[in-house]
Amino acid sequence: MSHGWGMAVDLDRCTGCSACVIACQAENNVPTVGEEAAQKSRTMHWIRIERYYEGEFPNPRVKFRPVLCQQCDNAPCEPVCPTYASYHTSEGLNGQIYNRCIGTRYCANACPYTVRTFNFFHPVWDKPLHLQLNPDVSVRQLGVMEKCTFCIQRIKASEIQAKAENRALGEGEPTPACVQSCAPKALVFGDLNDPDSEVSRLARSPRGTKLLDELGTQPRITYLQRDSWDGQDH
Amino acid sequence: MVKTTEQIQRDLLRPVLDTSWRVTPALAGLALLVLAGFSAWMYQVYTGIGVAGIRRPVFWGFYITNFVFWIGISHAGTLISAILRLSNATWRRPITRCAEVITVFALLIGAMFPLIHLGRPWLAFWLAPYPNQRGLWPNYRSPLLWDFFAINTYLIGSLIFLMLPIIPDCALLRDHVSGWRNKLYSALSLGWRGTQKQWHRLETAMHIMAILIIPVAVSVHTIVSWDFAMTPVPMWHSTIFAPYFVAGAIFSGIAALIIAMVFLRFSLRLEEYLTAECFDNLGKLLLVMSLLWFYFVFAERLTTWYGNARPEMAVFWLAQRGPYRDLFWVMVGCNFVFPFPLLAIKKLRTIAGTFLASVAVVIGMWIERYLIIVPSLSHKFLPYAWGTYRPTWVEVTITVATFGSMALLYLLFSKVVPVVSIWELKTGLRESEG
Repeated sequence: MSHGWGMAVDLDRCTGCSACVIACQAENNVPTVGEEAAQKSRTMHWIRIERYYEGEFPNPRVKFRPVLCQQCDNAPCEPVCPTYASYHTSEGLNGQIYNRCIGTRYCANACPYTVRTFNFFHPVWDKPLHLQLNPDVSVRQLGVMEKCTFCIQRIKASEIQAKAENRALGEGEPTPACVQSCAPKALVFGDLNDPDSEVSRLARSPRGTKLLDELGTQPRITYLQRDSWDGQDH
Repeated sequence: MVKTTEQIQRDLLRPVLDTSWRVTPALAGLALLVLAGFSAWMYQVYTGIGVAGIRRPVFWGFYITNFVFWIGISHAGTLISAILRLSNATWRRPITRCAEVITVFALLIGAMFPLIHLGRPWLAFWLAPYPNQRGLWPNYRSPLLWDFFAINTYLIGSLIFLMLPIIPDCALLRDHVSGWRNKLYSALSLGWRGTQKQWHRLETAMHIMAILIIPVAVSVHTIVSWDFAMTPVPMWHSTIFAPYFVAGAIFSGIAALIIAMVFLRFSLRLEEYLTAECFDNLGKLLLVMSLLWFYFVFAERLTTWYGNARPEMAVFWLAQRGPYRDLFWVMVGCNFVFPFPLLAIKKLRTIAGTFLASVAVVIGMWIERYLIIVPSLSHKFLPYAWGTYRPTWVEVTITVATFGSMALLYLLFSKVVPVVSIWELKTGLRESEG
């Protein structure tokens, strides 16, 4: 049976520590762009922690929502790419072929989650981060769009390993960098095509919602929370 | 004032045969402007698209605004000229060629912007469906690819539409000049000898092209609007966009035509050909399009307001009350409030009046495209990812340079081909004499 990768994000567990952001940056050779570009809103994190504040002092509440590519089954980014750089993989991911990208940035405009990032310049890293690039992940060049891949290099490595050992993939195999680094276990990754996997079980939870579900993008990420986002019934 | 065919021929060949010394500094100035724009683009190619002001989430800015603007201007010519030809409006005769040539040049300029705005412009040829060893084809579901075909079709069609009625005039020039110019006009006149059969074929071809080019022109700006309307972005995803864009394109196109005609009238001393009647009639057309534009904007804003969807209202208020408020009212002023009395009151619908109205409309329509693109992108669905946009000197330089390149191309053209069709005026004269 083919795999269909998906994720569950438990907002009741997320502490907003941003370890996932750093882990992703290190794993996927995401450029740090530098101070000047960051001020221009050109940061390139594939996952971000959205902070929303509610209530007044002295009782303010902050809510965190990690937002990464939702790997939509009905993705707005895919049909608009004139060169098929963004395409749908057989395992349900929104693939991005860097070599095929000519940089129209149409996909990033079409994405309602604003999770696609663009190489406005040649990639740069603050020293000494330029010495610790991950050899399993290609470095993207100037003018190319990039985004969360669910750590496709880890997925492929696990699949190859399992095939070599002539066995099926087990639970927690593969694990993307963000999930691996999440101390409170707010992020859960797995195969949605396997009804017994933990991520499938969580996706069926009554606490589960999809981000911007009303747009019909059919995201592969389920957000879990006890009450709805603004504390009201919808 | 009734003229003779000899007078017409002499007056209209003069700009081509005699060149004033004033042309050289004008050419040099415009060429410098174009060079500045080209240098800015080369700097951008060398350094990276990041030297432009675009950022996350506003990934499209000045360049796509210019793209839509210039493709819109291109609707001046071919469409207006085709409609006037088919409806056999006699006042069209002196203005059709000025209009048709705007189309070709504006399209060339507009079509550059999708390349200028690319992250990797050196790979732009991947948009073309050429056979390759990798067996890769472009994505036919992408509106950008529809653009590629629509604009190329329109460019080829407009070029044919422009060149067909030039043939007899080139033959006339061929017989008046010697040397390399004789060779040039011989080639352009395609062996024209003015036989009955040739005239008949030319008329037929022009008639066919006039009919064919109308749906092509409509399709071009429809597809440009679909670049936006086919995405789930607030205020972009709208069924009104296609007719709204086509109307806006014709609107700005007529304005550009009036501006070009005023310059031609004074610089080439064509007062007796580009008459007040032409401006009066074009002014009426511009008035109709101004009303139509206002109707579309009103319908769009009102339905959005009543629909009251949260993401759309965020963008809506951005333009009505937020940081884009001033630009919004400048746009309404330029496109409707200011030109409306100038065009509606007969006493004000003079050459100066239509000219002022047209300048306002061109400015207003540029702002309109900017206000369609930037506010929507800066306020998409998730408030955390909202952002802003500010152009850099690179984008501004390239934008200004495109106006220079339009003027440069137009000036060069008017020195090579009579901008007012000689044979069509002669035909008109014969017809009026009965």
